[in-house]
Amino acid sequence: MTELKQELKEKIIEQLNLEEFTVADIADDDALFGDGLGLDSIDALELIVMLDKDYGIQLTDPKEGQEIFKSIAVLADYIADKRAK
Amino acid sequence: MKKVFIDSAVSISAQNTFDTYGFLEEIKDISGKTVSANYPNYRDYIALAASRRMATAVKMGVTAASKALEKANLKQPDAIITGTGMGCIEDTEKFLNNIISNEEAFLTPTPFIQSTHNTVGAQIALGLNCKAYNNTYVHAALSFESALLDAQLLLQQDEGKHVLVGGVDELGKEIINYVRLMEDRDSSGIQVPFSEGASFFVVSSEAKEAAIQLVDMEVCSTASEEKLQENLKGFLLRNKIEPFQIDVLIAGRNGDAFDVYYDSASSFFENATELHYKHLSGEFYTASSFGLWAAYEILNRQEIPKPLIYKDESTSEINTILLYNQFKGRDHSFILLKR
Repeated sequence: MTELKQELKEKIIEQLNLEEFTVADIADDDALFGDGLGLDSIDALELIVMLDKDYGIQLTDPKEGQEIFKSIAVLADYIADKRAK
Repeated sequence: MKKVFIDSAVSISAQNTFDTYGFLEEIKDISGKTVSANYPNYRDYIALAASRRMATAVKMGVTAASKALEKANLKQPDAIITGTGMGCIEDTEKFLNNIISNEEAFLTPTPFIQSTHNTVGAQIALGLNCKAYNNTYVHAALSFESALLDAQLLLQQDEGKHVLVGGVDELGKEIINYVRLMEDRDSSGIQVPFSEGASFFVVSSEAKEAAIQLVDMEVCSTASEEKLQENLKGFLLRNKIEPFQIDVLIAGRNGDAFDVYYDSASSFFENATELHYKHLSGEFYTASSFGLWAAYEILNRQEIPKPLIYKDESTSEINTILLYNQFKGRDHSFILLKR
């Protein structure tokens, strides 16, 4: 699980061009949206594509995304449970 | 019709032209196939959160535009007009490569949104919260000239008082290498590196002290050497200017076989100093905006940096400058400036 969290942080920084962040700056429980990393709706779409492409998880219910993308810890739990890749 | 003046000019280029009060004092010798621009510290002009999705052209354009407005003491322009030959080619390449490598699946929105040519003009407007006229011209080597022509018409017809206009292009990563290969197949190709840059101007219908006037401009897509000479004669005649009254001719020479057009134009102006600039800026579709920036600085400072000189005819005062540019024997443009 620690490895997966590390991998997610690296992917998020790279794919969303979060130049000002390093992996060490993102705590497992930090909010990804709003006051945390400050991600927005376009980032949410990027994350949905990432889930599908890299882990074989297709999100069909947008409301589900609100819960899953709460933090790295929540996202890692969800991926570990549902991943097909 | 109202007159048109250039209030400010800012350039980001392969040279140190942005973060300096000097005027081409330290020349970076550019060589090789492609040369990137000398990027400024974008953080001084663009918030981190906004810049993370911006490609090179957008960052250069937004930064140059922001400084041009600052230098003209203008908060909100009456129009934002941009010219770009290749637009946001970086994101276009990224998006197209993703389509191929992912077999048309898993396409993310950012490169698609940012790959359109009008992204630069749109981001400038978003940053300023400016809802005024906003247009982008994509017309190869006449892209910047088309934008400038639109700005000139808006001001002349009193549809605005201050217009932000600029030319911007980025190198990208792949297509430029194929273009370079084609150029290098024989010795008649372009002899300067391909490059990138953004030059922005505030043009206005209100004359300030020591204002630089954009007297007139003319564009033409195709012309033989003979037709070019006819066009040039007609352009000077229309503006009631004799060839000897041109103090400086700025030509867009890039060393390729089509430089004969510049020789042809140059033969009109035996007493004028002739300058070139693409050995400093590199070649790109909107490189002529770097030429206009140089012309503005020369008229303002009454000083010609030595590296620009192609043929020197000493002049005590520089009052009238003619810019002539073409690309591969097409997309000819004349721009006439006066102090």
